[in-house]
Amino acid sequence: MSAPAAEGVFRSNLSARHRRGRVWRAVFLGSTAVALIALAALGGNILRDSVGLVAVQDAIDPGRLADRPLERLAPAELMAILQDHLSPAVFQRLDSEQPFAERSRRALHKLVIERVVEPQILASWPLDESLLERGRIEAEAARDYPRARLEFRAWVNTNFLSRPMSSDPMRAGIRTALLGSLWLIGITLVFAFPVGVASAVYLEEYASRSRLNRAIQTNIDNLAGVPSIIYGMLGLALFVRALGPLTSGAFLGLTDTNGRTILSGGLTMGLLVLPLIIINAQEAIRAVPSSLREAAYGLGATRWQTVWSHVLPQALPGILTGTILAMSRAIGETAPLIVVGASTFNPSDPTGPFSRFSALPIQIYNWASRPQAEFHNLAAAAIIVLLAALLGLNAAAILLRDRYSRGLRGT
Amino acid sequence: MQTTSRLPNGPDQLIDTAALLRRRPRLGEGLIQALLSLAGALSIVTTLGIVLVLGRESLLFFQSPDVSLAEFLTGTQWQPAILRFGLWPLAVSTLVTSFIAMLVALPLGLGAAVYLSEYATPRRRGLLKPLLEILAGIPTVVYGYFALTFVTPILRSIFGADTVKIYNMASGGIVMGIMILPLISSMSEDALSAVPSALREAAYAVGATRLETAAQVVVPAALSGIIAAFIIGMSRALGETMIVALSVGAGPNLTLNPFESAETITGHIARISGGDLSYNSLDYNSLFALGLVLFLITLVLNVISRRVVARLREVYE
Repeated sequence: MSAPAAEGVFRSNLSARHRRGRVWRAVFLGSTAVALIALAALGGNILRDSVGLVAVQDAIDPGRLADRPLERLAPAELMAILQDHLSPAVFQRLDSEQPFAERSRRALHKLVIERVVEPQILASWPLDESLLERGRIEAEAARDYPRARLEFRAWVNTNFLSRPMSSDPMRAGIRTALLGSLWLIGITLVFAFPVGVASAVYLEEYASRSRLNRAIQTNIDNLAGVPSIIYGMLGLALFVRALGPLTSGAFLGLTDTNGRTILSGGLTMGLLVLPLIIINAQEAIRAVPSSLREAAYGLGATRWQTVWSHVLPQALPGILTGTILAMSRAIGETAPLIVVGASTFNPSDPTGPFSRFSALPIQIYNWASRPQAEFHNLAAAAIIVLLAALLGLNAAAILLRDRYSRGLRGT
Repeated sequence: MQTTSRLPNGPDQLIDTAALLRRRPRLGEGLIQALLSLAGALSIVTTLGIVLVLGRESLLFFQSPDVSLAEFLTGTQWQPAILRFGLWPLAVSTLVTSFIAMLVALPLGLGAAVYLSEYATPRRRGLLKPLLEILAGIPTVVYGYFALTFVTPILRSIFGADTVKIYNMASGGIVMGIMILPLISSMSEDALSAVPSALREAAYAVGATRLETAAQVVVPAALSGIIAAFIIGMSRALGETMIVALSVGAGPNLTLNPFESAETITGHIARISGGDLSYNSLDYNSLFALGLVLFLITLVLNVISRRVVARLREVYE
């Protein structure tokens, strides 16, 4: 084989290799892009379902209630409408809750809308169709729901946040679920934070390299990988059943509950996030320079004095960051709560650790598993609230981490 | 403070101080250490609790005259109402959804990891990594909603509404893959970045292109880390509940067709325990037998993956 021919083979080979390199580079970039597209689709899909046109129909046309728009009626006239259209028993009950004479005009107006006009959502359309195919929707609504009017509705609104659960999509809100989630997070935090930090301190500052302590460490790593639903089963058997008399509040004389309470849910969630808190706290404690400990010991401090006044304050931002991230895991976790027995329909606010409860992700699950489009709108709205809460928690964690690393650079 | 101020007073004083320190009993210190070790032991108690609870209820389940271990392990029907407790319908759909998830997550996750570790500029990596982390932080119930209201309609419009059921394993599996993708990509990227750059430089020196270096040198060197990521991802997929509970279906069904509806182990546990369930019933006990199966499988997978990672560490330290 002559030299020029060999060179020619080599050249063509090289350009093929480079071509292959470019193709695969595009493939690698593409797989990253697929992940980002999925993220965008997920966000877009939620947004699409949380704003859009709805067909609303009133039980009674407000024009037939009075000769002027309802907003302009005096309190006495609104009261008269209520008296005319509500059954005497309901009217009496509302009056005994708060006498009508003491209610403001706005409150009365709201009551008339809710109890007498009773708007109902008959159908809903996603955002993209609402914007681009308005004509088709109008025709469809005029055909299928002749008495209804089309309205543009943002499903996340102040009513949605402040109203209790309801089976009517127009009036359904997430107050009950939000309060349930807050209680749950509170109990989880009160239980898991001290225990988690204490375990981390023990493992990093006290434990010798003994067999037992190595076993504890391995065990914590394994626990972090146990599926969350298994924790739910542990909670069901342990907190709900075995410790039922304690978690139901029966030992305090409460009788109307079983073990399926906020307390059981919070403790279950506490066990679930405990490994995360421990692992994060361990990392934060390990990052404290040992010169700090040696200085404390050199001054004659005991081990606990060293830990309490030197190691922990230095590790605290890291520990808190880890705890916040663990809480953001807890706030979105659904499966264990279902098993422990969060109720999917519970219109009354939780009053304490021994209440039955619902939680935000449970509410989302419940709405999402219903076939009607209006409930999917509600689920999307609740997801936005949940994601906003998560975003807030993560932003707090990032701020904390940034301040922490700046502080370290300063010293 | 007291002891240090006395120190300069002379040798006699020094001895006195030492004796004083020795004599003073530190009751609080011992108590605190006991409390801390108790907190440390709680994790062991949790594990024991899980094993005990799952084991005890499973034992009650298998002791029942209507149930046999052989039928549980080989039966092809799971219908508690007529006392049929065969694991296979639930196990097969769990495996099918997890398999689909890995089919999505492994190539995409690995591709993203190679791009981030071998190709991306630091600036672009700093932009892309947090975005992938967002994907990892989204609650699974949100993914379930996504599967049901976005992926299923797309599948149905591609393959036809007759072929694809409203609840199907494919959509749950695909979305589960998207959920696991950031886990695979970040664990694989860690493994790839841990490969010493001397290896890359050697490959470039003998004339390898960037792709050849990545595919034939760096990826093989990081293989154990990538395998560990794959195993952890698999264990996550098997134990994932909300996505399959929302999108895969609500009734055990022995089928390999990904467009059919079915019910996974986790989905079944969630559905049955979410309803009104009486304790001490066979239904209740059967859930714990399923839980035990799930726990053992994920535990074995997690232990294997840690072994693999430990081997990786030995190579480069």
